[in-house]
Amino acid sequence: MRHGKFRFLAGALTLPLALYGLLVLWPYLQAFYLAFTDWTGVTSEVNLIGIDNFTRMWSDPLFLAALRHNGLMLLVVPLAVIVVALGLAAGTRNTRVYRVVYFFPQLLSVAIIAVLWQFVYTPNSGLLNGLLSGLHLDSWRRSWLAEPDLALWCVMAVLVWSAIGFYVVLFAAAMESVPADIMEAAAIDGAGELTVFRRITLPLIWDSVQVAWIYLGILALDGFALVQIMTVGPGGPDNGTEVMGLTLYRSAFTYGKFGYASAMGVAIFFLSLTLAVLMLRFTRRERVELA
Amino acid sequence: MKTIRHTVLTLWALVFTVPLLWAFMSSVKTDAEIFDSPWQPPSTPHFENWSRAWEQASIGRYLGNTVIVVGGSLMLTMLLGALVAYCLARYEFPGNRAIYYTLVAGMLFPVFLALVPLFFVVKQLGMLGTYQGLILVYTAYALPFTVFFLHGFFRALPGAVAEAAFIDGASHAGVFWRVMLPMARPGMVSVGIFNFLGLWNQYLLPKVLNPDPDDYVITQGLAALAQSRGYGSDWSGLFAGLVIAILPVLIAYVFFQRQIRAGLTAGAVR
Repeated sequence: MRHGKFRFLAGALTLPLALYGLLVLWPYLQAFYLAFTDWTGVTSEVNLIGIDNFTRMWSDPLFLAALRHNGLMLLVVPLAVIVVALGLAAGTRNTRVYRVVYFFPQLLSVAIIAVLWQFVYTPNSGLLNGLLSGLHLDSWRRSWLAEPDLALWCVMAVLVWSAIGFYVVLFAAAMESVPADIMEAAAIDGAGELTVFRRITLPLIWDSVQVAWIYLGILALDGFALVQIMTVGPGGPDNGTEVMGLTLYRSAFTYGKFGYASAMGVAIFFLSLTLAVLMLRFTRRERVELA
Repeated sequence: MKTIRHTVLTLWALVFTVPLLWAFMSSVKTDAEIFDSPWQPPSTPHFENWSRAWEQASIGRYLGNTVIVVGGSLMLTMLLGALVAYCLARYEFPGNRAIYYTLVAGMLFPVFLALVPLFFVVKQLGMLGTYQGLILVYTAYALPFTVFFLHGFFRALPGAVAEAAFIDGASHAGVFWRVMLPMARPGMVSVGIFNFLGLWNQYLLPKVLNPDPDDYVITQGLAALAQSRGYGSDWSGLFAGLVIAILPVLIAYVFFQRQIRAGLTAGAVR
């Protein structure tokens, strides 16, 4: 009985692990090495140049603009999504049909969302300016994606729009696991709806909020597809919407600076890692046990 | 209070649905109608926009490419993912933990980091812009989550049934295929839905690894059409392409919305 265990294991594991090693692990490891080289991809010549790529990044106006924009997204997008999603999740407590509608954008590809919203923002025939005209607010009409100060906010709005539904469903599911008798007891003791939410519901679903914060932070460090598809030229008007992913992509696949691009990849990796650790630290609270 | 709440919720529902309904409406208008009055419904619905998008704008071909790539990688991901998760969850062997954590670590790394070397690995394999290349890469990047999710599932299955099958003389592979895999079906369905959506919506990987316009997947094709629209300016055709790209996911959602929402949120919390 049970002979051939190792043969079975070897047969089952070899192919998937080889695939994973070759196409996932190996590229990740290589990126750390390439980040310290001047590789251009044209020749097989690869020189180690120490931290030159990283010092160059700090004086590269394009990368710094991208960093600033991702930083702004990091501040705005997670907070906006979490606040709105918490409100909507609490509001849809007894009416689930809304959640079905809110969730749908989550399923659409970010590329499709980008194309859709590019149409919405189009100056002459777009939905948004059409809506403003319909409301007799013609002076509010804009070339949304062509104004450097406005374009990034338009992109962030799309990011929020596409992400909210998922977190409404996530928070709503967490809220349903809060026992009703606790909330009733609080209400009998005279606590208002807002107090109940702040003092009871929120602490009990804090785990979900924490998860949301990390996921949204990682989302805010990306933005590649939205910017690349929605805004004109590389990184929008006056680089107004440049994001790190786009700088990396262009450095590598347009200019062939593969070493430099890899260094940006390493920077993005450490930023995400730092972000996750910080989020976990600062959002840590005493776990509330439900007896 | 109650009416205020419903008003707010309905307004928000409109924020999510109006852009989609508007795209649908625009896809059956003429270019002139789209340009003159973005809000007006069409005088007569022009469904020929759809067939034009399907044929002339190559949406049909992009969709075909997507079906092949997503179908192939979904089957491969589920098969390999289930095998790996099962072996790691139910067999003791040296290196078990190490393999598990190495795999799961793949979920934490941003894909941007791997982009440059991955391009050259695929190029050296001679698989740049091929179906096989995309299928293998999609599979490799979908494995970590699939294994992570199914690992918990296989662990929780009762051992007694497998025990009985072994006593009846079943082989290791036989136990996996005929006993454990059918028992893990609910988990397979959840992960399958999750992977289908993730693979169907891929944009970054094909953008880098799939350069030939003839081979574009739907997300790539649509983005390219939208960006070059200044030259062709077939607005109604582009809207039609957009709607065609949205429809498969919308239909799947209408039928499976409960499982989809449960599956995706379960994936986030674990």
